[in-house]
Amino acid sequence: MNALELDKVTKIHPGTPPVVALRSLTLTVATGEFTSVVGPSGSGKSTLLALAGTLERPTSGAVRIAGKTTEGLADTDLSGIRAASIGFVFQNFFLLPALTALDNVATGLLYRGRPADERRAAAVTALERVGLEHRANHRPAQLSGGECQRVAIARALVGEPAVILADEPTGSLDTATGDAILSILADLNKRGVTILVVTHNPDVAMATRRTIRLRDGQIEHDSEAA
Amino acid sequence: MKSAGSASKLRPADMWPLALGGIAIRPARSVLSALGIALGIATMVAVLGISSSSRSQLVAEIDALGTNLLTVTPGQSFGGPNLTLPVSAPGMIARIGPVIADSAIGDVPAQIYRSDRIPAANSDAITVYSAQPNLLGTLQGRMAGGVFLNAATSHYPAVVLGTYAAQALGIDRADGSSLVWLGNHWFAVTGILRPLALAPELDRAALIGFPIARTLLHAGRAPAQIYVRTNPASVPAVQSVLPATADPMAPQDVTVANPADALTARADATSAFQGLFLALGAVALVVGGIGIGNVMVIAVLERRSEIGLRRAIGASRRHVALQFAAEAVVLAGAGGTAGAALGGLATTAFAAARHWHAVVPLASLGAAIGVALLVGGLAGLYPAVRAARLLPAEALRLS
Repeated sequence: MNALELDKVTKIHPGTPPVVALRSLTLTVATGEFTSVVGPSGSGKSTLLALAGTLERPTSGAVRIAGKTTEGLADTDLSGIRAASIGFVFQNFFLLPALTALDNVATGLLYRGRPADERRAAAVTALERVGLEHRANHRPAQLSGGECQRVAIARALVGEPAVILADEPTGSLDTATGDAILSILADLNKRGVTILVVTHNPDVAMATRRTIRLRDGQIEHDSEAA
Repeated sequence: MKSAGSASKLRPADMWPLALGGIAIRPARSVLSALGIALGIATMVAVLGISSSSRSQLVAEIDALGTNLLTVTPGQSFGGPNLTLPVSAPGMIARIGPVIADSAIGDVPAQIYRSDRIPAANSDAITVYSAQPNLLGTLQGRMAGGVFLNAATSHYPAVVLGTYAAQALGIDRADGSSLVWLGNHWFAVTGILRPLALAPELDRAALIGFPIARTLLHAGRAPAQIYVRTNPASVPAVQSVLPATADPMAPQDVTVANPADALTARADATSAFQGLFLALGAVALVVGGIGIGNVMVIAVLERRSEIGLRRAIGASRRHVALQFAAEAVVLAGAGGTAGAALGGLATTAFAAARHWHAVVPLASLGAAIGVALLVGGLAGLYPAVRAARLLPAEALRLS
């Protein structure tokens, strides 16, 4: 099964003049892939991530997550798809400062309607997967940037999503820490987690198995294209 | 819209910790914004509590005085001669079965002054009445000093002063050593009354015996007013037969009243001040609500990334709206609860200072907290809608 399918997706941001961010883009990410999307600023990387993550709806075309179409879904069902099938990792981590690492990870399951003790148990497992179980009770302010990003990765993992979408996951980190994060992502991918990374950093793209280069809202190059 | 059957879900049990967490981010700001609601609610609860306490105190006092006292007066005639009750009225009333006691007072055509040097115009608005010795017992009144009129002193120039009459004349000794100038004669003050709650007209009166009033001051014998104490179970029955008994010839001219009823009615009446304070409390409440709305709008602006993140991990627009509305409701509810407690304390302290029994109506506490929650819900509406409308991709700086 495919984790993610974008089928002739066009996104036009309204305005004067309207900005065409993506032009009839078709992309399929199979389950188990580790893919990076690269391209210069304004090439449509972020829009691709927002559409793949159902945070925005395409102007035309179809987006399918784990085989489920998102077209015409109500907000609550679209949100349900994000809760169940998508994990996000951001450049700025976006951890909640008042919560411990464990509770931040457990928040990843908050909108699945699972009871608190189940969420915390799953969060412990997810923290172990990123090697941060010993920091479970620390707050973000007490953690290093690399540790914060590992907490954020654990939060994305905790719901066992069909795909993890990462937006410049090493963008706020120094090279060594960024490499460590990349190796965690690579390691997770080896254990079956599907990951799509959006980046402008060639080093990150090198670490992934498949690289897609965008330009002007279209795929310029796909390393796996025949 | 199709349903995927896997809608985003938030357990109700998780909603309140979420709201509390949001409030706990900035505790000082939260306390300050809840303060407005607390002050408004405290004002309203205290106003209601103090007036209830005052009313219950008054009713208790009236009950202690007895609600079985009736007054019989001649009706008012427009422009005609002063109506009086028949001389026979007290005797006839005494024959009504359930009547325990009755006592009459009569008009005396005289003024009272501190001395014979006071100009005639300075009468201090004190009325002189003739009274029967059993008046004090019938009214269940008490003396502040001296003794009431008796069969002997009723024949002599002796006077008993109502509490305000004594104050107005500047007399505080009732041992017979103080003299007052009454109807061009010296009268000795033999007694001063305590305030009479059921016959406040006597607080500003000077009372002398019927015999001396007749012989010395040429007063008539007709009663101006009769106080009737009845068996408590028969008050309405006695009330209905009193006019015809007092004046069989003209029962329609007789007015029968129950002073306790009038006092109770006055106690029940909402004072203008109560309305004013309640309105002030309501204004404070509205201002408090606006304060909470304001703080929540700021919170929505400050917490854009949190909102974006929650949307990314699966919160629906409704969940985000509910979270911010719940924060406003919790803030207002906390303010309302604190205000209700404060209002209750203020009532208790006020009542204690006046030796009253404090009465804080539970319904008013419940209503106060309910109103606070409602104000919180209304205040949270706009910020909640703003939070829900935030575009997640923009909030997360993805596009």
